[in-house]
Amino acid sequence: MHSRDLAHLSDEALVALVSRSDDLALAELYDRVGGIAYGLAYRVLRDESLAQDAVQEAFLGLWRSAGTFVPERAKASTWILTLVHRRAVDLVRREQRRRTEPIESAPEPFEGSAEDAAGLRLQRERVQSALAELPDQQREAIELAYYGGYSQSELAERLGQPLGTIKSRMFTGLTRLRELLDDEAERTSWTYTS
Amino acid sequence: MDVHELTAGYALDALDPAERERYEEHLSSCQPCREELEGFRRVSGALAHAAGGTMPPAALRAEILEQARSERSNVVPLRRRYLVPAISGAAAIAAVAALAVGFWATSVSRDLDDARRDISVLGDPNASYIETVNGEAALVVRPSGEAALVVRELEAAPAGMDYEIWVLDAGTARRAGLFERPGVARLTQPVEPGQLVTVTLEVDGGTDAPTGAPLFTVASV
Repeated sequence: MHSRDLAHLSDEALVALVSRSDDLALAELYDRVGGIAYGLAYRVLRDESLAQDAVQEAFLGLWRSAGTFVPERAKASTWILTLVHRRAVDLVRREQRRRTEPIESAPEPFEGSAEDAAGLRLQRERVQSALAELPDQQREAIELAYYGGYSQSELAERLGQPLGTIKSRMFTGLTRLRELLDDEAERTSWTYTS
Repeated sequence: MDVHELTAGYALDALDPAERERYEEHLSSCQPCREELEGFRRVSGALAHAAGGTMPPAALRAEILEQARSERSNVVPLRRRYLVPAISGAAAIAAVAALAVGFWATSVSRDLDDARRDISVLGDPNASYIETVNGEAALVVRPSGEAALVVRELEAAPAGMDYEIWVLDAGTARRAGLFERPGVARLTQPVEPGQLVTVTLEVDGGTDAPTGAPLFTVASV
């Protein structure tokens, strides 16, 4: 199958092809998600070489284990990004390599196609405005955990708070983000109908 | 704190290995947590998309595809175990058997010292923790290469059979221990980054070379 023929397939269908060792389907998934995956890994790891390692290991993990994907539990792209994030966090903890302040520096612009860039910018604005609605302490806990790769117990030590307080901030903050983002998705879903 | 409240930390990959393990055990028996996790995963997915894209070097795509193609020729892709018969069990068995070139004689006795070593592996904060995607098992590897397999979802081995662990590397399968039921199995072989660990069902006491279909495979980082 020529890779052009794969363009109309859903991410989920591509994962099913990958589970049958279809390398062109893997290439198509990489073309769709690789840029976001690398951006995520780089944000956590702050090192080009380690970020490449995380993306490579995650996509090879996908190649080896695509048959275990359960479509009803998550979108394929979310699943792939979960693999990438897990790898990046494992690597950052192993390397003890952390940005001193993972929140401060603004992400660089995405250099993909204009269409990709516009979609991602919209997505980022949605998430940033939702994050902005959280109390500072909840936002801080979530950003340091997700983008900084800190575990809850590391955060408790870093912020000088009891572990239970950190857990509560994450739980409450994530619950609120879910409400905000789900509401937003419902209100604007008609604009994304394809 | 209630174990349910670990869902947020789990969705953000912010649990310590032992806690992650405890939560995953809980998850397998808690429908409300699974539903809540789905919602939190949507949020972490959105956070991922908002991380700020930076294009990876063009060479990375080629490297990934090249590595994937090379694995296709000598590694059986992971399947959910109940799908194995549908993809020709015989072919899968032959492929794994073909890997078996080098092997070491091993035996696993579950004494107190072993249990202590299990704890030392699982409790090492510097150990990497890699799980199969549907969470049936996880591989824990210390920086020294000492490793343990945490097996959650697997039926007890039938009478006269054992599960055998293998470390796969560059076309060879090394024996790495036996177990009979879900739990913690310490590997008798060190595991290095890039190697695969897989499990097959074999006759009691294990075999020198794998004959069963791989039940699941984990790649070490």
